[in-house]
Amino acid sequence: MNSRLYNSPAGKVFDIFNYVMLGILGILTVLPFLYIIGNSFATEAEITERSFFLIPKVFSFSAYEYIFSSSTIFRSIGVSIFITVAGTLVNLFFTLTMAYPLSRSDFWGRNVMMNMVIFSMLFGGGMIPTYLVIRGLGLLDSYWALMLPGAISAFNLIVVKNFFQQMPPGLEEAARIDGCSDLGVLWRIVLPLSKPVIATFALFYAVGHWNNFFSALLYISDSDKWPLQVMLRQIVLLSQASVGDMANMDPNFVQPPEQSIKMAVIVVGTIPILLVYPFLQKHFAKGVMLGSIKG
Amino acid sequence: MMNGKTDWNTNTTATAQADMATRPMRRESNWKRQIKRNKWLYVLVLPGFLYFVIFKYLPMWGIVIAFQDYQPFLGIRESNWVGLENFTNFFSNPDFFRLLRNTLVLALYDLIFFFPAPIIIALLLNEIRVAFFKRTIQTLVYVPHFVSMVIIASITYVFLTPQGGVLYDLIAWITGKPIDVLSSPGSFRPLIIVQMMWKEMGWGTIIFLAALAGVDTEQYEASIVDGAGRLRRMWHITLPAIRTTIVILLILRLGNFLDTGFEQIYLMTNSLNRDVADVFDTYVYTVGITQGAFSYSTAVGLFKSVVGIILVLGSNKLAKKFGHPGIY
Repeated sequence: MNSRLYNSPAGKVFDIFNYVMLGILGILTVLPFLYIIGNSFATEAEITERSFFLIPKVFSFSAYEYIFSSSTIFRSIGVSIFITVAGTLVNLFFTLTMAYPLSRSDFWGRNVMMNMVIFSMLFGGGMIPTYLVIRGLGLLDSYWALMLPGAISAFNLIVVKNFFQQMPPGLEEAARIDGCSDLGVLWRIVLPLSKPVIATFALFYAVGHWNNFFSALLYISDSDKWPLQVMLRQIVLLSQASVGDMANMDPNFVQPPEQSIKMAVIVVGTIPILLVYPFLQKHFAKGVMLGSIKG
Repeated sequence: MMNGKTDWNTNTTATAQADMATRPMRRESNWKRQIKRNKWLYVLVLPGFLYFVIFKYLPMWGIVIAFQDYQPFLGIRESNWVGLENFTNFFSNPDFFRLLRNTLVLALYDLIFFFPAPIIIALLLNEIRVAFFKRTIQTLVYVPHFVSMVIIASITYVFLTPQGGVLYDLIAWITGKPIDVLSSPGSFRPLIIVQMMWKEMGWGTIIFLAALAGVDTEQYEASIVDGAGRLRRMWHITLPAIRTTIVILLILRLGNFLDTGFEQIYLMTNSLNRDVADVFDTYVYTVGITQGAFSYSTAVGLFKSVVGIILVLGSNKLAKKFGHPGIY
C-alpha cells in the first residue's frame, strides 16, 4: 500500500491515538500478573509501606518456602499435576479411539453414533442428574470423577475425526495390502501422521485439567484430594490462608505476610499456563480454523 | 500381529468394499457380517461409546427425577411421581423472578458492554501497520483467556480487598470514600462484566481478525485514490467485511443468552451480594448439591436447558436465514 497517502494530519492523530490505546490495553492485560508476581516476593515491611509497585527492593522467597513446606498446598499442587497428566492421557485415549472408527465410511453405525455425539452438544442431563450418576458409580471423592466425566469433548472429537478423514486413503490401503489390521493402521499409520494434531489437543486438554475447578467443587469434598484451583479459592477468596499445619514447620520460620502467600499461590497456579502459552499460541489460530469445518 | 490369516482377511475386505461401492445396498441387511469384518473398529469405539452412554445419556434419563419426589435411598424406580409439582413450585417461588431478573440483566449488560469490545479492538488492531507492535499486543491480550476463572477471581480479590488491595486504595483515593466493590450489591454486575472483558475481550478479536485478513487490499487502494480518509475506509470497507461475522456472533450469543458462567458467578458471590448474584446455574448448585433438593433443582435445570435449546435452535434458524450454514 502507498503509505504516503496515509499520512494526512487526521490520519496521524488517529495513528497516535490508536497506538496509545492498544498499548494501554496490552499493559492493562499483563500488569495485574506482573504486580502479583512482584508482590509475591515482597517482605511484610515493604507491603505495608507500599514502597514499590512492581519490583520489591528486597526479594524474599519466604512465601514460596511457606507454600512448599505447607503439606496441604504442596499436596494440592501434586494432585493438580497428577490430574493434568493422567486426565490428558484419558482424554487422548478416549478421543482418538473413538474418532478413528467414526472417520471410516465403511463403519456400520457411524451415522447413529455421530448423531448421538452431536445431540449431546445440544442437550445434556444437567448438573444434578450428572452428579447422581457419578455418585451412583461410587466415584465421589475419587480422582476418576475429575477425569472420566469430561473424557471426550464432543467438539474436539469431531475435529479429530475430520482430520482423520482428510488423510489420503491411499496410505491406509497400502498398509492394508501390506497386511495391516485396523488396529495396525491406526497405530502405525494414522496416529504417527497426526502427531501435531494430537499434541495440540493434548495441550488444550491439559490446560483444561489444570484450570478445572467445577468438577472438583462438585465431586471432591475430601480436602486431601483437592486440586490447586480449589485450594486457591480456599486460601485467597475464603482467606483460610494458614490451612494449618504449622506444627510440621521449623519453629524459627517466620510466617510470611498473608498477602504474599496469596500472591504466591496465584503465581503457582498461573505459571504452568504461561509456560505452555507460546506452544498454545502457535496452535490456536489453526485450531480456530479447524473448528470452522463442519462435522 | 500381522500373520498370514489377517492378510487374507483384509484382502477380502478390500474386495468386499469394492463390491459395496459398485453395487450399493447389496447386503445392507447383513449387518452382522459387517460388524464381524470391522470387529477392531467396534472394539476401538467401545470406550468412547460407553462414555457417551454413561456420562451423557444416563444423566439425560436421570432428568425424570424432575417429575418425581426423588429419594436417594428409594432410587428412581421406587420414588413417587409428582407430575409437574416441582415446576409449579419453582414458578410460584419468588426466587424464580429474582433468578430470571439477574440472568437477563447480566446477559443484557454483556450484550451492550462486552459484545462490541472485541469488534472495536479488532478494528483498531487492523489499522496498525507495524507488524511487530500488532503481534505483541495480540500475544498479550490473548493470555488471560487461558488462565482459570479461579485465578481471575483471586486476582480481582487481591486488588480490591479492603485489607490493602491496591485498587481499593486507589478508588478510595480518587473518590474520597472507600467502596467495597467486592461485596456491595450495586457493583456486582459491573465487576462481572469488567472481569469478563479483561479475560475474554482480546481472545474475541481472533474471529474478526480472521475475517479482516480476507479483505482485498485493492479495495483500500482504490478508496485512497478516490480520496477516502481513514474513518471512511474503516466505515465503508473494513466494517462491511466483518458485518456477517458480527451478525452471526450476535445471533449465536442470543442462542446462549441464559448461559452466565457458573464458575465466575459462583466465585464472586458472597453473602452480601447474593441477592443480585444468583443465577439459574448457581441456584441449581446451592439448592441441589448443598441442600440436597435433587428433584426440585433438576426441574430448575431442565427449565433452563429447555429454554436454552429453544433459543439455540431459533437463533440457528435465524443464522441460516442470513446465509450462514449454521452450527447444527
